[in-house]
Amino acid sequence: MLNLALLILLVIVALWTALTPLLLRSAIGLALTSVLLTVIMFRFNAPYAAAFELSVCAGLIPVIFISIISLTHRLPLKEFLKRRESRISRFWPLPLLLLAAAAGLYFVRVPLNLALPWPETIGDVRVVLWEYRRIYLFGQVMVLLAGVFGVLVLFRERKKDEH
Amino acid sequence: MNIEQTLFFWQYASAAILLIVIGFYCLLVTYNLFRVLIGLELLIKGVTLFLLAAGVLGGHGAVSQGMIITVIVIEVVVMIVAAGVVLAFQNEYDSLNVKNARQLKG
Repeated sequence: MLNLALLILLVIVALWTALTPLLLRSAIGLALTSVLLTVIMFRFNAPYAAAFELSVCAGLIPVIFISIISLTHRLPLKEFLKRRESRISRFWPLPLLLLAAAAGLYFVRVPLNLALPWPETIGDVRVVLWEYRRIYLFGQVMVLLAGVFGVLVLFRERKKDEH
Repeated sequence: MNIEQTLFFWQYASAAILLIVIGFYCLLVTYNLFRVLIGLELLIKGVTLFLLAAGVLGGHGAVSQGMIITVIVIEVVVMIVAAGVVLAFQNEYDSLNVKNARQLKG
C-alpha cells in the first residue's frame, strides 16, 4: 500500500513540477521527485543507486538549476502574466492526458515476464561494475571528459572580433 | 515471475510510463529552454524507475543498479552542458524563449 502511495505521490509531484509557472518551484519539484525516487530505491534494496540519486539528482542538479535561475533576469509582471496565460492554454490537456493514460494502463495490465535467463545471479553492484560491466565505467569516464570539454568550449573567453 | 509479481511490476511500469508522458509533453509544448531541461529530467526519472523495477523484480537488482548509476552519471553531464547552453543562450539573446533562436546557421 505504501509503495502504491509513493508511486502516486511521485507522479503528482512530477506533474506539479511540469505545471507550476515559476521556474524556481519547478527546480524544487524536481528535487522532490528525486527524493521520492530515492525512497522507492531504498525500499527496493538498491542502496548504491539510491545514494547516487539522492546526492546527484536531488542535490547537485537542483543546485545547478537554481544557479541558472539566479543568473537569468526576472520578467516584468505584465509579460509574466501574459506568458502564464499562454502556458495554461498549452498545458491544460496534460492532467487529462495523464488521467486517460493512467486509466488505460490500469485496465490493460500487460503481463510482462522479466525473468530473463542469466548465467548466475550477481548480488553486488560493485562486482557488476568492476568485474562484469567494466565497459560502463569506461563509458562514464568518457562522458565525464566530454562534459568537461563541453563546459570549457561553452565558457571560453571570446575574442573581440567573434560574435 | 508469477502473476502477482507481474502485476506488482505493472504498477511501477505504469508510474514510469506516466513520468515519461509528463516529460515528453513538457518537451513538446514548452518554448522555455529551461523547461526543456525540466522535461528531460522527468523523462529520465521515468526511465530510471523502469530500470529499477525491471531489475529488482526480474531478479537482477545489481545489474539494474549498475545501469542506473551509469544513467545518473550521463544525466548529470548532459544537464551541466545543457545548463551551459542555456546560460550562453540567455547571454546572447537576453531571453530563454527558443523562438528567438534564429541565428543557428554557421
